[in-house]
Amino acid sequence: MTENFLYMLAPIMNGKIFLILLLGTLFGLILGVLPGLGPTTGGALILPFTMTLEPLSAIILLTSIYCAGTYGGAITAILINTPGTPAAAATCLDGYPLAQKGEAARALGMATFGSAFGGIFSVIVLVLFAPILANIAYEFGQPEYFALAIFGLTMLASIGEGSPVKNLLAGAFGILLSTVGKDIMTSVDRFTFGVGQLTEGIGFIPVVVGLFAISEMLVQSTLTNQIFKRVAMKAVKLPTKEDFKYCFKTILRSSGIGSFIGILPAEGGTVASLIGYSEAKRWSKNPNKFGKGAIDGIAGAETANNAATGGAMVPTLALGIPGSATTAVILTGMIIHGLRPGPDLFKEQPEFLYGIFGAMFFANILFFIMGFFGAKLFARITLIPSRLLWPMIFVLSVCGTYSLNQSFSDVLLMIIFGVIGFVLRKFGFSVVPIIIGLILGQLVELTLRQSLVIFDGNYLLFFTRPIVVAFFVLSVIALTFPYLKKKKHTYFKNKKTN
Amino acid sequence: MNKVKVLKKGRFNSALFSLNPEFLLLLFIYLFCIATYTSSLYFSEVPPILMRGIQPATFPKGLIVLIAFLNSILTYLYFTTKTASNKDLPRIFYKTIFGLFMFVFVSHFIDLFLALIIFSFLISYWWGEKNILLILSLSIIFPILVFVLFEVVLGLRFPSGILTNLYYN
Repeated sequence: MTENFLYMLAPIMNGKIFLILLLGTLFGLILGVLPGLGPTTGGALILPFTMTLEPLSAIILLTSIYCAGTYGGAITAILINTPGTPAAAATCLDGYPLAQKGEAARALGMATFGSAFGGIFSVIVLVLFAPILANIAYEFGQPEYFALAIFGLTMLASIGEGSPVKNLLAGAFGILLSTVGKDIMTSVDRFTFGVGQLTEGIGFIPVVVGLFAISEMLVQSTLTNQIFKRVAMKAVKLPTKEDFKYCFKTILRSSGIGSFIGILPAEGGTVASLIGYSEAKRWSKNPNKFGKGAIDGIAGAETANNAATGGAMVPTLALGIPGSATTAVILTGMIIHGLRPGPDLFKEQPEFLYGIFGAMFFANILFFIMGFFGAKLFARITLIPSRLLWPMIFVLSVCGTYSLNQSFSDVLLMIIFGVIGFVLRKFGFSVVPIIIGLILGQLVELTLRQSLVIFDGNYLLFFTRPIVVAFFVLSVIALTFPYLKKKKHTYFKNKKTN
Repeated sequence: MNKVKVLKKGRFNSALFSLNPEFLLLLFIYLFCIATYTSSLYFSEVPPILMRGIQPATFPKGLIVLIAFLNSILTYLYFTTKTASNKDLPRIFYKTIFGLFMFVFVSHFIDLFLALIIFSFLISYWWGEKNILLILSLSIIFPILVFVLFEVVLGLRFPSGILTNLYYN
């Protein structure tokens, strides 16, 4: 226990790691502030550069970007009514009206406090629950892992963006991509079409950078006429005693909601902030103020989206199943550094995992300080025109992707996936399931085939194992949940009109 | 681009067979499934003792069938539910795509850094920046900074070309 606590202090005891943590937090804030970037695209962009770092430093860089980037979105949401990240969409609803009333500093103060509180709360949840979950998963056999991966994939149906069917289709496409190359069990070539580079499979980095950064650049090319108007602000104010008293229950509730939503595979900050916001409205003393500048609306949304960061790391680290889009990028980072998250990692490298927990804890404190003193400065970053910013991001994307294998085919693959990502996004598909499918694809196939070896090819024997059955039941619930939710919504709507 | 009428839920409308981009995407997904499934028929088979549960083609085949099934649900939804017409993409988007093609051509046949400089310049200009001096300096300085970062700090070697050869030679 004491040993684990000491591991958690590593990020501030080691000068080099602390510098990386500091840079990651700063970089995350900048990325979060810039609309269209955010921690997911930013993480994807920085991923190739992490190859030069040791695994712990690399993952600390990515997780600090995740924590700070999630908060950074609030600054843009409040000051220019454009969420810097999708998770900050609900913050716009009350943040901007409050800023227009001349209370931008108060709104930002509450967002900063709520985000840091939610983030720290979720790190405590992470420290408590991830090892327990890993201990449970340690007993899992191949069939249980297969069922767990299927559950993680079916959760894509209820992911924040896009229709359930489109999300599942994108997820299946991602798994299909993972089958390209030599079959790891039989060495048979699959979908290689005689192209030498494809025998090693499709690399994570070109796909991740293409789907997030290049497709976003193409999206931004359709939005060049957008003009942002920034609300003026003097300095961030800490919540007053009255605000604190008024919002404390909301902050506490949203911390719990965010952490719980984060733990669910494939969900993330976007869903958490929407639920946190609607729950804040439901329990508010003044629900009619929501949408017009309710301070508890900001607290509800911002606390929940940052609380989801620690929550989302629980399944990512304990099971190897990404809890959100950004954790999918972090998981990709771990895989390319030769680490396979899961119960074994807890047994073999506790110093690595507790180092990450500690980094997340301190990243929340750091962004609180940076946000409190530097929000005004960060707000200025939003004024960088996209016509100057995106060409620079393209240069970084190309060089980063090229650097991994020093191969131009990777750059070509990145551009192809950028165009695919844009087309899919244009038609309402989310690109996140493709990444999650690509990450989980190999696990799904491997565990399915090993299970079939154990069961001597009899698929029915899956149903003789209680944990497998439980995961299959959860998968069915995950698949039918969006449909039932829609039905319920229509039923109550009809009842109201009648 | 064709405008699609707003439909009543549950009604089938044959007008949606027109060259609507969403319909084309659905068709493309079916074609993708046919092509990949056909390709999977040519995967080598392994003897039962080596196959480890299933043949190497079985898993991808199952996925392709799943994709086709999900696409058929989307097709059904496309024909029976409200479909909003897609807005035309602005010209800047097509220019950006053209820029990407040009980048691939120049970087492959001439020089990666020259391609980056040209692409950065054109994108800034096409997207509305009219200060030529600013974009010219930015599109030259930034790739050079990145080149130095990768070459000197990270020790990476870039592919040879007109500009990179000036440095390497």
